[in-house]
Amino acid sequence: MGDIARLVGQRLGLGLIILLIISVIIFFMVELLPGDIAQAVLGQGATEENLAALRKEMGLDQPAIVRYLAWLKDAVTFDFGSSIVTKTPVTEIIGERFMNTLFLAAYAAVIAVPVAIILGVLVALLRNSIFDRVANVATLTSISSPEFFLGYILILYFSVKWGMFPAISSLSEGMSFGELLNRTFLPALTLVLVVVAHMMRMTRAAIINLLASPYIEMARLKGTPPWKVIVKHALPNAWAPIINVVALNLAYLITGVVLVEVVFVYPGIGQALVDAVSKRDFPVVQACCLIFAATFILLNLAADVGAILTNPRLRHPK
Amino acid sequence: MSLFVIGYYTLLLVVSCLAAYFNKKTIFLLAFSLTLVSFVLGIVGGPGALRAVAICAGLLLLTGMVSYAFREFLIQMAESNIGLSFTNNPPVLYGCIIIPIVLIVLSRLLEWPITEFALAALILVIILIGMNSETAKELRTAPMTAAFGMFVIFTYAIAGIFAPYIAPHGEAEVISSAFAPADESMLLGADQLGRDMFSRIVYGARNSVGLALTATVAAFVLGAGAGLLAATKGGWFDQLMGRIADVIMSIPSLIFALLMLSIFGPSTLVIICAVAIIYAPRVFRLTRAVAGNVVVMDYIEAAKLRGEGTGYLIRREILPNSTAPLIAEFGLEFCFVFLLVAGLSFLGLGIQPPTADWGSMVRENATLISFGDITPLIPAASIALLTVAVNFVVDWMLFRSSGLKEQ
Amino acid sequence: MAKKEVLLNIKDLKIEGYSDETWVPIIKGVDLTLHRGEVMGLIGESGAGKSTIGAAAMGYARDGTRIVEGSKIEFDGMELTTASESEKRALRGSRIAYVAQSAAASFNPAHKIIDQHTEAPLHYRIQKRMEAQEDAMDLYERLRLPNPKEIGFRYPHQVSGGQLQRAMTAMAMSCRPDLIIFDEPTTALDVTTQIEVLAAIRDIVDQFNTAALYITHDLAVVAQMADTIKVLLKGNEVEEASTEEMLNNPKEDYTKSLWAVRSFESPQRYRPKDGTPLISVKNVDAAYTAGPKILDDVSFDIYEGMTVAVVGESGSGKSTTARVITGLLPPQKGEVLFKGEPFPPDYRNRSKDQLRQCQMIYQMADTALNPKVKISEIIGRPAQFYSGLTGADLKNRVDEILDLIELDPSKFYNRYPSELSGGQKQRIGIARALAAEPTFIVCDEVTSALDQLVAEGILRLLDRLQNELNLAYMFITHDLATVRSIADEVIVMQQGKVVEQGPKDDMFTPPHHPYTDLLLSSVPEMDPNWLTTLLEERGVDNVGDAAAAKIDPDDPRVQG
Repeated sequence: MGDIARLVGQRLGLGLIILLIISVIIFFMVELLPGDIAQAVLGQGATEENLAALRKEMGLDQPAIVRYLAWLKDAVTFDFGSSIVTKTPVTEIIGERFMNTLFLAAYAAVIAVPVAIILGVLVALLRNSIFDRVANVATLTSISSPEFFLGYILILYFSVKWGMFPAISSLSEGMSFGELLNRTFLPALTLVLVVVAHMMRMTRAAIINLLASPYIEMARLKGTPPWKVIVKHALPNAWAPIINVVALNLAYLITGVVLVEVVFVYPGIGQALVDAVSKRDFPVVQACCLIFAATFILLNLAADVGAILTNPRLRHPK
Repeated sequence: MSLFVIGYYTLLLVVSCLAAYFNKKTIFLLAFSLTLVSFVLGIVGGPGALRAVAICAGLLLLTGMVSYAFREFLIQMAESNIGLSFTNNPPVLYGCIIIPIVLIVLSRLLEWPITEFALAALILVIILIGMNSETAKELRTAPMTAAFGMFVIFTYAIAGIFAPYIAPHGEAEVISSAFAPADESMLLGADQLGRDMFSRIVYGARNSVGLALTATVAAFVLGAGAGLLAATKGGWFDQLMGRIADVIMSIPSLIFALLMLSIFGPSTLVIICAVAIIYAPRVFRLTRAVAGNVVVMDYIEAAKLRGEGTGYLIRREILPNSTAPLIAEFGLEFCFVFLLVAGLSFLGLGIQPPTADWGSMVRENATLISFGDITPLIPAASIALLTVAVNFVVDWMLFRSSGLKEQ
Repeated sequence: MAKKEVLLNIKDLKIEGYSDETWVPIIKGVDLTLHRGEVMGLIGESGAGKSTIGAAAMGYARDGTRIVEGSKIEFDGMELTTASESEKRALRGSRIAYVAQSAAASFNPAHKIIDQHTEAPLHYRIQKRMEAQEDAMDLYERLRLPNPKEIGFRYPHQVSGGQLQRAMTAMAMSCRPDLIIFDEPTTALDVTTQIEVLAAIRDIVDQFNTAALYITHDLAVVAQMADTIKVLLKGNEVEEASTEEMLNNPKEDYTKSLWAVRSFESPQRYRPKDGTPLISVKNVDAAYTAGPKILDDVSFDIYEGMTVAVVGESGSGKSTTARVITGLLPPQKGEVLFKGEPFPPDYRNRSKDQLRQCQMIYQMADTALNPKVKISEIIGRPAQFYSGLTGADLKNRVDEILDLIELDPSKFYNRYPSELSGGQKQRIGIARALAAEPTFIVCDEVTSALDQLVAEGILRLLDRLQNELNLAYMFITHDLATVRSIADEVIVMQQGKVVEQGPKDDMFTPPHHPYTDLLLSSVPEMDPNWLTTLLEERGVDNVGDAAAAKIDPDDPRVQG
């Protein structure tokens, strides 16, 4: 057990370090601005006095290191300063939106993960049949399509032509859970289509990769039926790659959501990020980037830890 | 109407029976399952649905035929062994490569109107060089999907290179009212400013694909170069590069691109740099892995012990043994980059108007979708079609290079 | 012996394999008859199709192979080529069992050994779980596994290779099958471990009177195990006879040539009375980064024009020693001298001339030659690199070297390695080393991947080159027959230490260091009674790992 604790500890430490480095990148990249933030906010026509005043207000007269440490200290307590454009605290702008985004991602994940793994195993079992080939073409097509293409097709058919679901996912206070699911169905379905395709292909590859192992041939030569070969002999060894696949795609859900949110005008953090980028509202951009990066790292970490925990060689040391 | 229904079923059943009689299992299964599907849909949706199914099936059949013919065409070309007349004749080989390049440069500088033709000639020469019996053997293994992919890429390349000659109108030329429907001069109608949609799609092939291609090449040069060096040198350089790649890769790509665009403003150069930085680590990892498999070979050890330098090792020993996976990886990365750039354009942060660009065109015309008009889907479909095509080809190449022969 | 009932009857078996988009024949019409309780040895070189026949006996065609129509495989009255998949599956594990080459890879790492053992009996409802486990422990005991009550509850990676191989034999026995296919069960094991496994397998097959197909490329091994031997060559049967007759009176030329292998023996050379050694390894300790010590105080000398064979089991540090000499692994302690001068420890610090002096020939010719480079460049590059030859001079030099290794220059000059046979590739590897004009060549298991006849040709070539060019060889091998034929001096290594060294003639006459004795006595000999005699002499519990563990460190012979 000591080995596992050590390895998990190592991964956690590494994740923290990477997060720290990323916060440095995110913070100091803004410093690379031609001119500085004050210049960017006020534009070329600003007077020296106005610039100086704004610089003082934003603390730009202090060295970058000091400002970084202050920013980091606040960021740890989820305080990202206030927006340059609207002057409201960043947390206020993105707090609720982040929950919305998480909800959408979770909605998609709950549908996508079981479907993808079951289909992936099925396709691996029926490999090189017509079913497998059709699935290959279908998943490739789905992966290759931009999210907005899938999104608009769904809108065209499910919303405009057949009127089954709303095209715009506006959320309001006090709506029932069923109503919520109905309104967010199309964006969730778009995400599901992309992610299922990815996960299916990777699950299939992971299992087929294992099927070439001598112990699978041994199981076959012991008279084990094909489904049992997959379920009992291949699957327990495929967990590490499958967990990896799932984590990778969950991470993708969190970030791929940006485009889908714009298509469906969904009030999530991705929309906020895109708005902030076009308005050059740097505190909001920084906060969003940090949140996305942190989620991404967390999920990758979870995958690594999961892979360690399911490895029989590590679970039962010599 | 009923004549169509009767004719349709008769055709399907005749094909099924013939296939069954001549023991063509796959054709029989396809034709007969299509018959069954048509039965069900015909009962549920009436002749309209049946017609839709018939059109879909017909289109698929047509695509299949085009792909098949295109593959046979390529195989015929390859079998003529035309590439050998280049490779066995170095002066001809270098001449045929250098002359078009000189022409391209000259025509750019002196504004001769022959850039397109020189570029096309260069690409043609490069393809012809690869045409030998080895290629023919490989091509024979290409499934229909890969042949279809190659055909689509070919079409896009023609459209992109010869855009000014193909497009009936200028890229930013306003010729009618906003959202005018299709007519004789406008194949696909007009966009939100009254510009010809078809012409803009054709120009988009040049702009969108060109940008993505340049960015991918930049990412590839950076990533593959670092990967090969890291694999050959090993030690601290390898470690350092690996760690840098780890850090960059733990920022989601779209988010990183948005961050950089927000700071440096949306311009073509910024997009290319951003994409190069974001995708170079991915290319690095793969190249490192591919070259890593080669580096452990005894012949590399032998060359190292002989005292060969890094340059020789990479050029003569490692690169020739990793080209196949690297080409496939290039296709794969191109798809990712293309989708990312299209996404940025869609968000209004990519190529700036009035340059025609597929991602922006989707966004500009998006409102039409709520009226049931498919115009905004056309540029989106153009993006999807190219990525699908490249992915089909890559899928086949990866399958070939992995040597995976599952039963 | 009375005429026994026929168990397995294969008639005109043809199998094809899929490669390069076409089906090519692998097995070209083989007949085989196996009676109840009979053990048949299938023997042949790599590519002879032994393993494919073994799988076919279970009605199983591996991925990428197919059994051609018209073949007949009859098992106990049931025709397997026409049987349905589920009928065939019902035989596997219950009536026909399989023991694979690599036990470590063939046990599923996710399940305990005993759970994999009981899978078949539970599946066929032959036994209840508790009974099956009791039975497994009983089998483990019969196979002389340590801690039979407990070992099954471990995971495969917690058990050593030799023990796993016996556990797999026990697993094959779990349903008391009529027939077991042994597919090279001891090839992956060291010679000292091999004995234990051989003895265990032979006993259990005897006890339950199970019929077996024993597949191997090692004649001496099959002589211990089989009642009858069938010799295969490239998918065809050469001949079949009882073991005694096959050994004493082979009929076909090919079979005779197998027996005659290693008739070649180069005369023993002796060290010059005085003079500095060409290569001198002095008190070397070495380890890979942060790993345990691989070499522990290794010292030996190699003189000009002589062959020093380094023998030992896997993990003994033979190859690591070669890496230290070539400079790939700088030692932690000690040094390597070349003609009395210290050699820079890292090859990167060696001069071109120093690098030229010391060349290497590899075990796997496939990975030793760049598949994308023509033969002319593979051989030409060292000549060009070290001697600066170009143009016609270079071509003449390459032709000269190709002549030297007995390959026709006009035929091979423009070809790629993939177009060559295994032996030809190995010759190109030798040519590349020669092109540098070295004085010392490290030969790392150069013959072990080759078929016996081809290997003999390579050994003769190396010996001839040595005499003509006055080369010194360091010959790394685990095969004592190779040592006998080519070595002048022998170094025995165990766990990173040099156990013993001396001239070849002395080494093959006991008494010696107990480990040397154990190693030498563990190599199977071509006598059907060798195993029986050895077990009687040493005792069943005094062979293999058990015996190695019993070596008394205070024994005067160990102290040397």
